[in-house]
Amino acid sequence: MATTQWLDFEKDIAELHEQLAKAKETHEKGKLNMTDMIQTLESKIKEAQKAIYSHLSGWQKVQISRHPERPYTLDYIEHIVTNFIELHGDRQVKDDKAIVGGFGQIDGETYMIIGQQKGRNTKQRQYRNFGMPNPEGYRKALRLMKLAEKFNKPIITFIDTPGASPGLEAEERGQGEAIARNLFEMATLNVPIICIVIGEGASGGALGIGVGDRVLMMQYTWYSVISPESCSSILWRTWDKKELAADALKLSAEDMLKNGLIDGIIPEPMGGAHHDPETAYKNVKATILKEIKTLKALKTDVLVGQRIDKFSNMGVVVESEE
Amino acid sequence: MIEYEEDDYAAESTKWYQRRLSGILTKTKDKKATPDGLWEKCGRCKAIVPSKDWMNNNYVCPQCQYHDRIGSHEYFEILFDKGKFTEIAKNLSSGDPLEFTDTAPYKDRTKVAQKKTGLNDAVRTATGKINDQKIVISCMDFAFIGGSMGSVVGEKIARGIDYALEHKIPFLMISKSGGARMMEAAFSLMQMAKTSAKLALLHKAGVPYISLMTNPTTGGVTASFAMLGDFNIAEPEALIGFAGPRVIRETIGKDLPKGFQSSEFLLEHGFLDFIVPRTQLKDTLSNLLQLIWDKKTTKKETT
Repeated sequence: MATTQWLDFEKDIAELHEQLAKAKETHEKGKLNMTDMIQTLESKIKEAQKAIYSHLSGWQKVQISRHPERPYTLDYIEHIVTNFIELHGDRQVKDDKAIVGGFGQIDGETYMIIGQQKGRNTKQRQYRNFGMPNPEGYRKALRLMKLAEKFNKPIITFIDTPGASPGLEAEERGQGEAIARNLFEMATLNVPIICIVIGEGASGGALGIGVGDRVLMMQYTWYSVISPESCSSILWRTWDKKELAADALKLSAEDMLKNGLIDGIIPEPMGGAHHDPETAYKNVKATILKEIKTLKALKTDVLVGQRIDKFSNMGVVVESEE
Repeated sequence: MIEYEEDDYAAESTKWYQRRLSGILTKTKDKKATPDGLWEKCGRCKAIVPSKDWMNNNYVCPQCQYHDRIGSHEYFEILFDKGKFTEIAKNLSSGDPLEFTDTAPYKDRTKVAQKKTGLNDAVRTATGKINDQKIVISCMDFAFIGGSMGSVVGEKIARGIDYALEHKIPFLMISKSGGARMMEAAFSLMQMAKTSAKLALLHKAGVPYISLMTNPTTGGVTASFAMLGDFNIAEPEALIGFAGPRVIRETIGKDLPKGFQSSEFLLEHGFLDFIVPRTQLKDTLSNLLQLIWDKKTTKKETT
């Protein structure tokens, strides 16, 4: 366990951990032999974890996806990618700090890696605009994706955003147009694209870098058209129904896979990626390598054709004769 | 994301007047036979205008040029020659993939909306001619759950684009929507990717796409097909934006400048080619298409 910040539903586990720490301390000081106690507590923790994490509600998964100690895009890049060179700016207005991107290598092969970036403390959060990109962020992402296409390098995107920035300047500079353009262009890019939701996948802000040959979600993340809080506020006209909204939206990785809206789930360590980031990095890397092998074997027109067909088939309608 | 108008769901409470049959599709042409003595009151300047004049002016106030909100019936009537058209994928309705329930089941909401509007969902796609030029039009209906985009809207637009692609006919999208339909959650979201991907194919085939934005065009609709026209055009004074004004106001904590997110604002910031009053819409569209699209072009593009 690597966390210091337990979520409300993890109270039992937190208490057991506290007891365990005390027992270990006593044991180490040599006052008492606590071996049995420690073993019992450790197995109790395992049981509690199993009981809690195997029955997570939609809202609880949302909470884990937002945990302040979760690995962010730059953490994945640091631990998976070598020779990473960050590239800045949209060549129009500015450099959006909420989206980062650049070329780097995974297992000796070059990729374009792009992702939304959140901050760890108040200062960083403001600097990163809470992971909410402005139009120039989406335009930077597109510029980099076009570069990848030019040099025939596959693209990896890491999705982790509470949404595209809603503000005066974002509207003035065409937030809608910037996202729309990315959907349009990503649909026909001539290189493999793998998109991975590593935290929050909120709406158009997420989809703006989310049109790929493989769209994958980490086990404790969410992806939907709106956050459960906003959904509650609009449909129930109160902020208090977020738990209900989270379940109704079927925003978990499991539900998204069941509904055919994503292509796979990347397992996380018990309790979430922040409990054991190394395992999370390992799983993400292994998945990228596995998927890219399949995608690279496809001819470009087949690759693009399958991507367009996949998104074209999304939706459930009833067609009556009449 | 849509913020509903209260009256979208009020139909059930208006028991004193209820349409018995669903799917009453009186042609606007027929509706024009209004007896003398009926009047419309302009929603803005409050001018009293004879209903006949109101309709003949394409539902635009002759006094103050206020563009009254109209739906696909009216647009098809205004645009298609002699009001003649063939509907594409007419009988699609929502499959409620998530069995969504908020304060009422989504299934009931769509039924209420269908009863109230006589429509199957929030968009209709049709093909016909404008001033002898073949065209495919998808037109949204705000009256149906705020014109929100779910699977049916995405699919009907996609089929319209498919038809335009197959027959090499220009495609016109008339947007009027609060954005994605929350009750279809991620299915709605993916309609953005779906319609944009289809438009990319249309683009590659060299077939023209005109996007007309009307009041309001917001959320996921703006962030997908509405902003992707070869020509992005709008009716005057329409609200067009990604985030809704209320959300922005709450985020920045102050009132928005006057005219923010209006058609005129978007034109000024470079996101529209031009603004066209509804009274000139049909001729402007056919003039534009005449400049860029003729049979010769069609042949060249298909080879």
